[in-house]
Amino acid sequence: MQEEVTVEKVIDLKGLPCPMPVVKVSKGIKEVEVGQVIEAHSTDQGSLTDFPAWARTSGNEILKTEEDGDVIKFFIKRNV
Amino acid sequence: MKNIEKQLAELKSRIEVLDKKTTEPKVSMIVFSGDLDKVLASFVIATGSVAMGMEVVMFFTFWGTPVLRDKNKSVGGKDTMGKMFGTMLPKGAGAVKLSQMNMGGMGTAMMKSLMKKKNVASLEQMLEMAEELGVKIYVCEMSMDLMGFKREEMIEYNGLEFCGVAKFLEEANNSRIQLFI
Repeated sequence: MQEEVTVEKVIDLKGLPCPMPVVKVSKGIKEVEVGQVIEAHSTDQGSLTDFPAWARTSGNEILKTEEDGDVIKFFIKRNV
Repeated sequence: MKNIEKQLAELKSRIEVLDKKTTEPKVSMIVFSGDLDKVLASFVIATGSVAMGMEVVMFFTFWGTPVLRDKNKSVGGKDTMGKMFGTMLPKGAGAVKLSQMNMGGMGTAMMKSLMKKKNVASLEQMLEMAEELGVKIYVCEMSMDLMGFKREEMIEYNGLEFCGVAKFLEEANNSRIQLFI
């Protein structure tokens, strides 16, 4: 049984290169409450390394990462 | 028991001293270069740092100073050298050139169109974003004076201030990351 998460907000970062994905996701996550989850869609391959680094530094949590063709989907829980 | 209290007090005071020495999650950057590529990299790091939850302070000095000129502003009352610097140095973020492959401006123009095509933010957009994110900008007063720039010809940027080396050192001393670009 897969655990279900309620996604509060989806952020479209497709086509955006560095540094926009992390800049936008750091802004976007502040629009949900602590404990809620957002979904971010990026096509920047650097995001695969950058998002975990951003999450570790900012204190948020990446619950799951999915790759759908060129699109990388991050499920991120706001912790701070 | 008295001994323990004494030790506790001593520990407390030592922690206080350590607290003062601990650096903040802050990035201090000197932007010395006035090259498009290097200034762009500075702003990528600056905006990225804010995203990571860090405070950012940028110090523009020497060739970096003219990047902050406003292309729509002109001021009079400059001496010959000031006028010369004013004409020869780029007027604002839109006028800076690549450090390599400029090729009389052709290379820079090509790079800019490529950046647009690839959705990479322009230097002007980066500056706007930095302002929105609360990136603090200081401009070296000595460079301004040396090159004959006047405060009135600089861009409108929220919180832009003029300073000397001491301000940079104070910020750098409290920062975890210091960069010279």
